[in-house]
Amino acid sequence: MKATVHVMLKQAVLDPQGEAVKTALGALGFEGVEAVRQGKVIELDLAETDAEAARAAVTAMCEKLLANTVIESFRVEVA
Amino acid sequence: MRAAVVTFPGSNCDRDLAVAFETAGFEVERVWHKDTALPDNLDVVGLPGGFSFGDYLRCGAIAANAPICREVIAFAKRGGHVLGVCNGFQVLVETGLLPGALMRNAGLRFVCKPVALKVETELSAFTGLYDSGTEVTIPVAHHDGNYQADAETLRMLDAEARVAFRYCDNPNGSAGDIAGILSENRRVLGMMPHPERAIDPLHGGTDGLALFSGLAEALVSA
Repeated sequence: MKATVHVMLKQAVLDPQGEAVKTALGALGFEGVEAVRQGKVIELDLAETDAEAARAAVTAMCEKLLANTVIESFRVEVA
Repeated sequence: MRAAVVTFPGSNCDRDLAVAFETAGFEVERVWHKDTALPDNLDVVGLPGGFSFGDYLRCGAIAANAPICREVIAFAKRGGHVLGVCNGFQVLVETGLLPGALMRNAGLRFVCKPVALKVETELSAFTGLYDSGTEVTIPVAHHDGNYQADAETLRMLDAEARVAFRYCDNPNGSAGDIAGILSENRRVLGMMPHPERAIDPLHGGTDGLALFSGLAEALVSA
C-alpha cells in the first residue's frame, strides 16, 4: 500500500522560508496572502497490506527519522 | 590522549578538526560513518562540519542514524566527551544528545564570516581555559544555524549554565543568541562556529585553540 506523510513546522515555530515566499508573492502582485507555511510531502510504497499496521509503521518512521518532532508535526495518510 | 574524528559522506571539516586535535596534543584516529566500533581508550569524539548526506531530509538527520552514531551515542552515555561543530552540532541535536533544533537562518542567507562570541561558562572541559564573559572571534559558515527550542528548554539551559557560547551580534536568529550548548553532564558540546578554523595565525586568529588545548589539559588531569 501507499502512505503519504505530510511534515509541517509546528504552528509555534517561525517559518522563515514561508515568510520569504509570502513576501515574494506580494512582490509579484498577488494580494491578500496572509500567511504561508512551507512543509514537505513524503510518499512511501509499502509491502504491508494491512492499513492499521502500515499506519503504525509509518508513524514510527516519522518519529524516528522523517520528522523532527522538536519543531515539526506530521500527518500520515494510508491508501 | 586519543581523539576520533568521524567522516560522513559530505563532511568537509573533518581534516581541519583532526589537525586541531593534533595541534593540542591528541593522537587522532579517523573513523568512517559505516564503522560499527570506535577505537579503544578513546577520550573524545569529534563530529565535523560539512553537509553530511547532502543535508537531505534535514541537516544531520541521516548522519544521526549512521552506524557509527549508535557508538557515539553509547560513548556519550558512558560519560565520554563529544564535540560537534556546525554540521556536527546538527547531528548531535538529531541524535537527541543535545536538546533543541537548528533551523534555516532567519535571514535565509548562508552566513560565512568571523563572529564575536561571548564565553558564557568556563565550567566544562571545552571552555575551562577561557574566562566566563571573555569575547572571542571564531568563524561561522552555515545556512541552518538558527538554534530553537521550547521556552522550558531555553530556561533550563540558562538555569543549568549550559549555554557555552552566545553571539555578540546574532547572525542567524538563534533563540537567546545561542551559538553553542552543553549536555547535562557538560561533556557533550555542540556549537555552530568553527573553533578548528581559528587555531593558526594564518587563519587570521587563534581564539579557537584554547578549546582544544583546554580539553587536552582537562582530560590529562582527569
